[in-house]
Amino acid sequence: MKRTKTMELGVGLFMLAGILGLVFLGLRVSGLTLSAPSETFRLEANFSNIGGLRPRARVTMAGVTVGRVEAIELDTEWYDARVVLSLNSDLEGQLSRDTTAAILTAGLLGEQYIGLSVGGDPDVLQDGDTIRDTQSALVLEELIQQFISNMVSN
Amino acid sequence: MQSKLKQGTAHIARLGRKGCDAMEALGRAGVFLAQSAVGIPSREGWGLWLKQVHFVGVLSLAIVLVSGLFIGMVLALQGYTILVDFGAEQALGQMVALSLLRELAPVVAALLFAGRAGSALTAEIGLMKATEQLTSMEMIGVDPLRRVVAPRLWAGFVALPILTVGFSVVGIWGGYLVGVEWLGVFEGSYWGNMQASVSFINDIGNGMIKSMVFAVVVTWIAVFQGYDLIPTSEGISRATTRTVVYSSLAVLGLDFVLTAVMFGGL
Repeated sequence: MKRTKTMELGVGLFMLAGILGLVFLGLRVSGLTLSAPSETFRLEANFSNIGGLRPRARVTMAGVTVGRVEAIELDTEWYDARVVLSLNSDLEGQLSRDTTAAILTAGLLGEQYIGLSVGGDPDVLQDGDTIRDTQSALVLEELIQQFISNMVSN
Repeated sequence: MQSKLKQGTAHIARLGRKGCDAMEALGRAGVFLAQSAVGIPSREGWGLWLKQVHFVGVLSLAIVLVSGLFIGMVLALQGYTILVDFGAEQALGQMVALSLLRELAPVVAALLFAGRAGSALTAEIGLMKATEQLTSMEMIGVDPLRRVVAPRLWAGFVALPILTVGFSVVGIWGGYLVGVEWLGVFEGSYWGNMQASVSFINDIGNGMIKSMVFAVVVTWIAVFQGYDLIPTSEGISRATTRTVVYSSLAVLGLDFVLTAVMFGGL
């Protein structure tokens, strides 16, 4: 009977270790937070070229992450990319109507993200509005092409 | 000429017989799994199940954790020497965590599990069959599928995912030891890049699904090989070998299929 007791204890600890391990993986490795997912609102932005932007990419403002890219789809009316952003609801009614969105790159070869910067318009963007002033991704190949054609014409 | 032709047809017939045998064994294995997996441990079965979890899980912990530690350390070392050429050693944590969670932990833990626990399960059940313990159980009205097989199956289903979690945790810690403590990667970027790139559902969740599939496959193969062997000493040794070979092949093959479905956008 004593043997089964220690065995039961061992199995119990084993299971507990498994659950704790999963919690560690969740909190420390994947960076889940226990707080409820914060309220968000959506904005849209059209870019003529998104480069390597992916869904779930960061949206930042002055370097601070304020949201992420929800979805990317092709707008068949203008044949450009429509990017849906979900932003912290703290910013709802705070961003002016002439806010600009630019696709930036972390480092030379790093991941691409969206940087927002506010303008001075007294009107503000509401849930579901579209950001008008956008700046497309910097595509390295196009830059090189421009550089070479400049060199040739000189 | 005539005899040559006869020999040729005999070869073809043997090939067909082999194929039929393989299909038959697969069918038997399927029926066997269905019959024994429904035997969810009853009250007395609970104790049997506990004992098996202790054997296949708790006692496998040492080998799995030590392997995890070393694999994490090697990953960090190799990753560092490659990444440092591109000045991207901050991405070390991301590389270690993703390769462990998505691939290495489920696969290596399943291979170790097949070698450490699967072969033992086959040999144990095989010896029970060879010494006619299974037949005696049937004689006294105890269903061996419920009494012997079901607790072992369910123990394996539960134990391997837990072992996989342990493998990942220890591996990531091993990567931290080598990368941060020894090679001097900045600690904040090790954890920060990891947290930015690892998704709980897509990476950890899919890794756990893989591990559960492997648990079912490896335990199923091990227990079935033990139950279905030819009850001689040679039969037991062959079945034990087959368990390890088949489960390793099944794990590696299934891993490709699962990866293609989960991450390959299939």
